[in-house]
Amino acid sequence: MSTHTLSVLTENKPGVLARVAGLFSRRGFNIESLAVGPTENPEVSRMTIVVAVEDLPLEQVTKQLNKLVNVIKIVELDPQISVQRELLLVKVRADATVRSQVLEAVQLFRAKVVDVSPEALTIEATGTADKINALLRMLEPYGVRELVQSGMVAVGRGAKSITATSTR
Amino acid sequence: MTSATSRPSPRAGQESEARDAKPGTRPKPAPPAGAPVRLTGAQSLVRSLEAVGVEVVFGIPGGTILPAYDPLLDSTKVRHILVRHEQGAGHAATGYAQATGKVGVCMATSGPGATNLVTPLADANMDSVPVVAITGQQTRALIGTDAFQEADICGITMPITKHNFLVTDPADIPAAIAEAFHLASTGRPGPVLVDIPKDVLQEQTAFVWPPEMQLPGYRPTLRPHGKQVREAARLMMSARRPVLYVGGGVIKAKAAEQLKTLAELTGIPVVTTLMARGAFPDSHAQHLGMPGMHGSVAAVAAMQRSDLLIALGARFDDRVTGKLDSFAPDAQVVHADIDPAEISKNRKADVPIVGDCAEIINELIAAVKAEIDREGERKYDAWWTQIEAWRDTYPPGFDWPTDGALAPQYVIERIGSLVGPDALYTAGVGQHQMWAAQFIGYEKPGTWINSGGLGTMGFAVPAAMGAKFAYPDKQVWAIDGDGCFQMTNQELATCAIEGAPIKVAVINNGNLGMVRQWQNLFYAERYSSTDLGTHAHRIPDFVLLAESMGCAGLRCDSKEDVDDVIKKAMDINDRPVVIDFIVGKDAQVWPMVAAGTGNDEIMAARGIRPLFEDDEV
Repeated sequence: MSTHTLSVLTENKPGVLARVAGLFSRRGFNIESLAVGPTENPEVSRMTIVVAVEDLPLEQVTKQLNKLVNVIKIVELDPQISVQRELLLVKVRADATVRSQVLEAVQLFRAKVVDVSPEALTIEATGTADKINALLRMLEPYGVRELVQSGMVAVGRGAKSITATSTR
Repeated sequence: MTSATSRPSPRAGQESEARDAKPGTRPKPAPPAGAPVRLTGAQSLVRSLEAVGVEVVFGIPGGTILPAYDPLLDSTKVRHILVRHEQGAGHAATGYAQATGKVGVCMATSGPGATNLVTPLADANMDSVPVVAITGQQTRALIGTDAFQEADICGITMPITKHNFLVTDPADIPAAIAEAFHLASTGRPGPVLVDIPKDVLQEQTAFVWPPEMQLPGYRPTLRPHGKQVREAARLMMSARRPVLYVGGGVIKAKAAEQLKTLAELTGIPVVTTLMARGAFPDSHAQHLGMPGMHGSVAAVAAMQRSDLLIALGARFDDRVTGKLDSFAPDAQVVHADIDPAEISKNRKADVPIVGDCAEIINELIAAVKAEIDREGERKYDAWWTQIEAWRDTYPPGFDWPTDGALAPQYVIERIGSLVGPDALYTAGVGQHQMWAAQFIGYEKPGTWINSGGLGTMGFAVPAAMGAKFAYPDKQVWAIDGDGCFQMTNQELATCAIEGAPIKVAVINNGNLGMVRQWQNLFYAERYSSTDLGTHAHRIPDFVLLAESMGCAGLRCDSKEDVDDVIKKAMDINDRPVVIDFIVGKDAQVWPMVAAGTGNDEIMAARGIRPLFEDDEV
């Protein structure tokens, strides 16, 4: 099993997410993470899908995705030559006795405090999955009260871009 | 061939003059391209259907689709066939499409009308049949409120259609219909559903034809890669034991003629799958029959021992391959298909070719000719000697029941012989379907129409109805079982009233025969819930049932009467005919590869296993 990051350009139409999600579940493929959002073209959405599959099933995933009429283009992003980011919001127990230690961890990871209360800090961090996990390991001893995390978004390095029109 | 729209109905007697007019005698009232016309969404829908060339729509009206039925009444081009159940409409559309290669159309109202289309849509999806379903939907404001007869049919049919649309603006109707027909009929064909809310049908809108289609993500590959084709041709000329493994895609691509040319040019043996029966003449010396679970020994053995499978429009279905890891172990694979996702899905392809089968085969012919010019002709003499030995030792056949009952295989064989290869044949699913695939000789593509992938019981009667509306002058025979027949026979009423005099041969063994066969073989003869009582109680009495629905009802239970009753049925053309063939319940379908076993385990008949081990070429 290996992890693959697929950048999927789709038409920005209702139901496209359901089509993609349904395809994964009925063909028995697992989605590790999924993020959807608008692109520079308002008619096109971009999904970043992280899947853990063998090479042959990956070919099937890609081919089956390509069969969806609303899917315009699929590119696999190599982690070596792409920028990959996740967003984390985490609420950590931090009263006066440990607050400075928590803040130190926040600084170390170049994260941000976005909300403060007498008992807790809410921290925002972006980065690769590794960095996010490392930060969480640091924060866990203080008590994670609540945690929310986005799917990964990714973009290829360099001047070349993935656009819907370049295929036509 | 007269078209269904122009055919006077012998039973209805109230056809409008317009319908009796020959097509083509009336100038097309299509508006000039690009000029918008003001009308309702419903009128726009009917105009769009006319513009894409729809001749027949099978359907049932209801609350939300009502607006569409009003302008349909005035259409001189589109004939609506009022069916008795929406499932019948869907299968009729499929039968029509399988017979003609054109898009079949069905229509239903929202909620239960739409959900009744689910089975035929799933069926058409599995068998890649171009079908467009048009469904009414609750008004836009009520969608999502659990309104009366509301069902999220787009959500429900998402996994069983090639694509579907919910039209939320009446101005989009022409584009949605144009796109639906384009998607259904191009690339790998399949069903497309168009869901239209009632108020979208009622609203005033502008109709423009042709509309602009916007399908940026849909670009089917039609032209094959030349290098791959040349590599395939090279393998075909260097193989010692090649087999052309022909699937339904060859019929979809209308490539039967090209296939014959390629086969005769190379001398390579041909097998045709259940979906491809008729793609290559059964009478042709190079034809080994059907492969798979109930295929001929020669076809199954040839594939198992092959060193090169040339798969054309086939998908290595589990019913063909048996246990995948022991399937054709020595074979290299050339896999040609229009759907790239089929290639290497089940069996890894050594030479993948994506494209339209007609184009692929044309290019293969040219590439093979070039190989022959360079290297000389190839003969596969040793291979053919081996194949002939299998054919001689295990010819297709059957045993008569020991209890004196009528053999179902005999009945089906006689129908095929007397009715001939110009007729169209449909089947339900089960033993009778397999016998109809084995014992009727198919010579032409599109003459065998059945439910292959989904295995939908009850397919035969409505599919025959659809085929009959496509070809009113051809004989259409539904080979059905007594189980299947009881699922969809209500469409006989449609056939009788709308003028579709089909023939139905009910192969009545009183049981769910194929299930009973499995219980006999694999469940210690414990016959759980397979006796339908159609023998023991004669409930229903199929003769009376047929007559009550305006059909002729005939019955036959002895070998001597089989030919007479078939001829009698062939002579009745003013109404549908149902023949109740009372046959033995213990007849079984052979050869057989038991589910989950490898194709080497094929049994030619009960207890007879061909020994392939010493047959190496």
